[in-house]
Amino acid sequence: MNSNVNSNKNDKPILEVRDLHVRFDTVDGVIYAVNGVSFDLYPGETLGVVGESGSGKSVTMMSLLRLIPEPPGRIVSGTARFRSREDDLDLLQLNMRQRAKIRGNRIGFIFQDPMSSLNPLITIGEQIKESLERHTKWRGPEARQRVVELLEHVGIPDPDARYGNYPHQFSGGMRQRVMIAIAIACDPDIIIADEPTTALDVTVQAQIVDLTRRLSEELGIAVIWISHDLGVVAGIAERVMVMYGGTVVETGVVDDLYAHPRHPYTVGLLGALPKLHENVPELVNISGTPPSLFAAPSRCPFEPRCPWAFKTCRERRPALESVQRDGHFSACWYDMEKDKPREVRR
Amino acid sequence: MQRYLLSRLIQSVVLMIGVLVLVFFIVRLTGDPARLMMPRDASPENIQAFREAMGFDAPLHVQFFNYMRGALTGDFGRSLHYRAPAMSLVVERIPATLELALAALFFALVVSIPLGIIGGTRPGSIWDTLCRGIGLIGQTVPNFWLALMLIVFFSVELRWFPTFGRDGLRSLVLPAIALGFFPLGKFTRLVRASVLEIRNEDYIRTAYSKGLLEQHILTRHIFRNVAITLVSIVGVQFGYMLGGSIYIESIFAWPGIGRMVNEAVQARDFPLVQAIAVFTAGFVVLLNLLTDIAYAVIDPRIRYEN
Ligand SMILES: Nc1ncnc2c1ncn2[C@@H]1O[C@H](COP(=O)(O)OP(=O)(O)OP(=O)(O)O)[C@@H](O)[C@H]1O
Ligand code: SF4
Ligand SMILES: [Mg+2]
Repeated sequence: MNSNVNSNKNDKPILEVRDLHVRFDTVDGVIYAVNGVSFDLYPGETLGVVGESGSGKSVTMMSLLRLIPEPPGRIVSGTARFRSREDDLDLLQLNMRQRAKIRGNRIGFIFQDPMSSLNPLITIGEQIKESLERHTKWRGPEARQRVVELLEHVGIPDPDARYGNYPHQFSGGMRQRVMIAIAIACDPDIIIADEPTTALDVTVQAQIVDLTRRLSEELGIAVIWISHDLGVVAGIAERVMVMYGGTVVETGVVDDLYAHPRHPYTVGLLGALPKLHENVPELVNISGTPPSLFAAPSRCPFEPRCPWAFKTCRERRPALESVQRDGHFSACWYDMEKDKPREVRR
Repeated sequence: MQRYLLSRLIQSVVLMIGVLVLVFFIVRLTGDPARLMMPRDASPENIQAFREAMGFDAPLHVQFFNYMRGALTGDFGRSLHYRAPAMSLVVERIPATLELALAALFFALVVSIPLGIIGGTRPGSIWDTLCRGIGLIGQTVPNFWLALMLIVFFSVELRWFPTFGRDGLRSLVLPAIALGFFPLGKFTRLVRASVLEIRNEDYIRTAYSKGLLEQHILTRHIFRNVAITLVSIVGVQFGYMLGGSIYIESIFAWPGIGRMVNEAVQARDFPLVQAIAVFTAGFVVLLNLLTDIAYAVIDPRIRYEN
């Protein structure tokens, strides 16, 4: 895929991932979890990542700083160029120490389950301070003061008294705020949020979304927001990336992609009735099962479930190609706009 | 916290009363404690005299009342064999037994914790194989056999340590190893399993995602959580060690309670057996209480329980 066409921003991407392959060696065989994923992330933007369970969203993002269990996980190939004010490096080439300097410092993480993501035996204040003391010059009472400010910043009432509380003394939403405080503690360039609201109830979800959006705007942090919920993504992301079977099948600006989905899988996800042509089959619920990941995809991974599938789809794997509008890419042999198979370049 | 501790304390007291009652009735279960306690070839006159001397001819509730009153003041009657107050005989032996059990516990912990941690953090490595091997051996080798092997090798062949007796630190080494080997195996397996499990917890991934270093994660995040599991079993194992020391103390002629059990049982010295039973049970109850307190110290979820 061509870089830098797909943003309205003029900056260079802060993160350029190219052709990432990740596998898991299990007793049942090799799982091809991520198969040639490429994407860009621009400074300060929020990129939504959607796709059904098992499509490789978490593995893709966690692989960048090797937060997947290895073994069984194995990053086979790919590059992840991280370019900020101070750094310009390939994340996948770092050694353990270098990686530990980026984690939590330049790139922060928020995880799905705030109930289990904090250590039950350590006060939340200490858990935030730990990060500060690892990456910044703050120490002792100054670090503590900074933590209290952070707690205030993420909307925890009475932060000074709450510093010494343990995770079990907080509600789910409050714990997720603590996780956000950890993620922003060292003023990172990127936050990777892996389904941060899935485990929360709806009103709390909205608060966490608002908080994240506010902070990312205030602090100029780029956010990768993984979610099942297309509604949530529409509310927070500027661009969205749709994953299927360990590949990116479509990516584009949120409004454009939601209004004009170009990949049959996205069409299905959005539950939209395609009105392009009479004889186009309906696709409200995506029937069929997720693809087996026990082999590297040699054809279109969506082919078994795709109503538009034709001969080429079974023979060759489609690559991400630009579809008319700027920054809108789709990996599909079928041209929905012209309603005919795309011309195959050799 | 206070409520938690108070409830545990009450539990312990109730348990202790239960033990006392149980000991009282077990001796009388066969109907005639005098016949039970006297040698098989004792004459009926002797038995009758003994019955009266021990107060077994009084009505049961009077006996019970006297027994409980005695128990509360630490009076379990006089040892038939030593002709001295039973409980004070037991108390005299406490230091030796405690010294041995503590040394064995120390040995077990000092070896098993690092071993279990190494095994748990590097599953599948050579260290892990060693860790699992020792865990298995510790749990399968009977401690009396190990004791004999240690004596043969280190005392008889190499003459590094005395073969028996309690005479300074050197005499403590072999019995402590023999007694501590089973718990060592048990702790090693437990620590390893617990480290493996905790390494998969979400909060450990969070710790890594913060860029913390391996060493820091191990000591600050993993080990504290392992300690909770460890505490739960250390108390129980320590209790078992008092029982296990019957063999070990006898083999090494260690002047502790374990060896006295052996002697008391062989001499049918019921008051002494009773005193030992009550003391040991009391000790186990105390260990339980200490375990519960340790939980509260380590785990804030218990400390701040409503
Ligand atoms: N530790 C692991 N061991 C073996 N396979 C794994 C492991 N972690 C992930 N996988 C495989 O990688 C694939 C992608 O998983 P991933 O967690 O990235 O999915 P996801 O898109 O994040 O799904 P979800 O929405 O459920 O979080 C899964 O199908 C799974 O089989
Ligand atoms: S490439 Fe073919 S099978 Fe795959 S999504 Fe497009 S039309 Fe369907
Ligand atoms: Mg996931």
